[in-house]
Amino acid sequence: MRTLKFLLQKEFRQIFRNKSLLPVIFAMPIIQLLVMPLAADYEVKNINIAIVDHDRSPYSQKLTSKITASGYFRLAGYGHSYKQAYGQIEKDKADLILEIPAEFEKNLVRENKQKLFIAVNAINGTKANLGGAYLGRIIADFNADIRLDWIPPQRFAPMPTIQVASSNWFNPFLDYSFFMVPGILAILVTMVCAYMCSLNIVKEKEVGTIEQINVTPIRKYHFILGKLIPFWVIGMFVFSVGLFIVGRLVYGIVPLGSVALLYSFLALYLVAMLGFGLLISTYADTQQQAMSVVFFFMMIFLLMSGLFTPIDSMPGWAKVIAYGNPVTYFIDVMRMLVLKGSRFSDIKLHFLVITGFALLFNGWAVLNYKKTS
Amino acid sequence: MKKFLAFVRKEFYHVFRDRKTLLMLFGLPIVQIVLFGFALTNEIKNSKIVVCDYAKDAASQRIIQALEASSSFEIEQSLLSHRQIEDAFRQGTIKLVVVFPDGFNDDLQRFNKAQIQVIADASDPNTATTLTNYVNNIVLDYQKELAPTNPLPYQIVPETRMLYNPELKGATNFVPGVMALVLMLVCVLMTSVSIVREKELGTMEVLLVSPFNPFLVIISKAVPYFALSLVNLTVILLLSVFLLDMPFNGSVLLLFAESSLLILTSLSLGLLISNSTDSQQSAMLISLMGMLIPTMLFTGFMFPLENMPLPLQVIANAVPSKWYYIIVKSIMIKGLGFGAIWKETLILAGMTTFLLVISFKRFKIRLS
Repeated sequence: MRTLKFLLQKEFRQIFRNKSLLPVIFAMPIIQLLVMPLAADYEVKNINIAIVDHDRSPYSQKLTSKITASGYFRLAGYGHSYKQAYGQIEKDKADLILEIPAEFEKNLVRENKQKLFIAVNAINGTKANLGGAYLGRIIADFNADIRLDWIPPQRFAPMPTIQVASSNWFNPFLDYSFFMVPGILAILVTMVCAYMCSLNIVKEKEVGTIEQINVTPIRKYHFILGKLIPFWVIGMFVFSVGLFIVGRLVYGIVPLGSVALLYSFLALYLVAMLGFGLLISTYADTQQQAMSVVFFFMMIFLLMSGLFTPIDSMPGWAKVIAYGNPVTYFIDVMRMLVLKGSRFSDIKLHFLVITGFALLFNGWAVLNYKKTS
Repeated sequence: MKKFLAFVRKEFYHVFRDRKTLLMLFGLPIVQIVLFGFALTNEIKNSKIVVCDYAKDAASQRIIQALEASSSFEIEQSLLSHRQIEDAFRQGTIKLVVVFPDGFNDDLQRFNKAQIQVIADASDPNTATTLTNYVNNIVLDYQKELAPTNPLPYQIVPETRMLYNPELKGATNFVPGVMALVLMLVCVLMTSVSIVREKELGTMEVLLVSPFNPFLVIISKAVPYFALSLVNLTVILLLSVFLLDMPFNGSVLLLFAESSLLILTSLSLGLLISNSTDSQQSAMLISLMGMLIPTMLFTGFMFPLENMPLPLQVIANAVPSKWYYIIVKSIMIKGLGFGAIWKETLILAGMTTFLLVISFKRFKIRLS
C-alpha cells in the first residue's frame, strides 16, 4: 500500500510538472466541448437555390418570392440560362436549380398541367433529399393557391384529411446541442484517458526507465495501478467539469437521470478504457507505435459509435463493429441518462457489456505485460 | 545532393524498420475507407417504432402496411398505455410511436377528418424530425388514395433530377471526406512525431552539429512520409473506385497533383508542431487530441459548414482538409478541371508557404 502511495505521488507529480501536457489534458477537451456542439448541427437551412426563369410572368415571380420567403432557401441566382445555373452548382454556389419553362403561366391555364424542372446537387444525399422535399412542399402550396385563385372553393369535393399530431418528447425544442454535448463529452473523456495512459507507459519503455522500475521490489500490480489511477482521476475530473460547468452553464443541460448512476457507469467505463490503453502499451515499443495504434482505433471508435451517424442505418456487419465498440455504450448511456432519465433497469445490459470490456482489456494487458517483461 | 539522398535513404530505412507503425500507416486508410464508405450514412433506416392501433380497422391497417413497407421503419410491437410508451423510450431502442385512436376509419368516413398521434423520441432531433416527416408523407399518400379519382385542375408537376449521385449513395459524400481526413491526419501526425523524437532522444543535436544544412535534414525527414502518403492515396483511390463504385470523372493526374499539395501542407503543419514542442507526447496530443474532432467537423462532409455560426465558418477556412475536400469532389465526382479549383489550390499553396516560413523561422531560433 505504501509503495502504491509513493508511486501515485510520482505519477501525479510527473503529470503536473509537464507544463505542455496540462493544457492539453484539461483545457483542450473543455474548449472543444464549448465549440464543437455548435458545429454539429444537421438541420438543413440556407439552401442555395438558382432559379432559371424562362417565363418571367407574374406567376413565376410569385413562385420565386414564395420560395425565398420560406426561410429555407437563399436565392443564389435568378437568370435565363440553365447552363449558367449549372455552373453555379459546379462551383458549389448553388445547391439546387429550379427551371421554370417558358410560357409557364399560359400553359398552366390552357392545358391544366405544367411541368417544373428541379435539379439537385446530390453529392450529399441527405441535403439533396431535404432540399428537394422542402421545394416540393412550397410548390404544392403554390399550386393550391393558384387553384383557389381560379376556382371557387365550393367546387372542390370535400377531401378526407388525416391530421398528424406530432409531439416531441425529451427535447421539445429540438435543440441539437442537447444531443451532441453528452456524446462529444464521452468521446473527449475517452481520448484523454485511453490515449494518455497508453503513451505514458510506453514512454517509460522508450526512455528505459521501465527497466529500472522492473528491477526494484515494486510489484507489477502496484506499477500498473500507479499508472492507471491518476488517469482515472483525471478522467473523472474532466468529465465533471464538462458536464456540470460546460454542459449546465453553457448549454443548460441538466441530467434527468441519476447522477450517481452516471458516475458509477463512468467509473467502470474508465477502467475499461484505461485497460485498453494499457493493452496497447504492452504491445508497442515506441510512442510512435502506440500513437498510431490509438489513432487507428480512435477513428473507428469515433465514427462507429453512433455519435454522428445512426447505427440502425448501418449494414449488418458494421453494426457488429459498432456494438463491439465500448464507446457506443458510453455514448448511449450518456444520452439515456442525461436526456431521457433512464433507470438502472434500462441500462443493465450496458453495465454488463462494459464490465466485460474492462475484464477483457485489463486481463489481456496484465497477461501480456508479464510475458514481455 | 548526394548527401541529401543519403539522408533520405536513412529516413526510409527508419520508417521501414518499424513494422508496427508501417502496418498502421497502410492499414489505417484501407480499413477506414472500406469501413466508412460502406457503413457511414446520414440516412435514417431501420428505425424501430411502435404502433398502437386502438382502431384496428381497414384504414389503420392500410397505413401500418405502408409503414412496414418503408425501409425507414421496423415495427416492433404493440403497446397500449401511455406509461409503457415512456418506458419504451427510456430503454432506448424505440424511436417513434404511432397511435391510431379508436374509430379512426369511422371518423374518416363520416366526418372526412381523422387524427393520428405521433410521438417521437426527440433526444435525437434529427431522427425525430426525419421520421415524423416520413410518417407524414406516408399518411399523405394514403390520403391521396382516398381522394376522388378525377385529377385536380391546374396541376404543377415538379420533375426532379439528382445530379452527380442519382442513387443518393452515402459513399459519394463520405469517401472524399475520409480521403481528406486520413491523408491530412496521417501526414501531420507522422512528421510531427518523427522530428520531435530525434529531439527527445538527443540524436537531433548530433544531426545539427554535423556539416549538413539543417534544412536538408528536416526535408529528408519529410520525404518518406510524402512518398508513403502518395502510395496511400493510390490504394484509397483504387478501393473507392473498384470496391465502392465511386465515380471518377476527372483527371487522375490533376488529383494526384492536388493531393501532393495537400500532403505538403500537412507535412509543413507537422513540421511546425514538431518545432514548437519538445516532447513526442505533446506533439502527439496536439496533433491527435487537438486535431481529430475539429478536422472531422470542419472538413464539411459531416455537417454543412454554411449552417455553422460565422466564427466557426472562419475557423473552418483555416482547416486545409476543407479545401482539399472541395477539390476532390470537383475532380472525382463533378469531373472539373483546374479552372474550377484554382482558388482552392491557391489557398492550400498559400497555407503551405505560410506554415513553412514560420516553422523554419522557429527552427532557426532553436539553432542559435
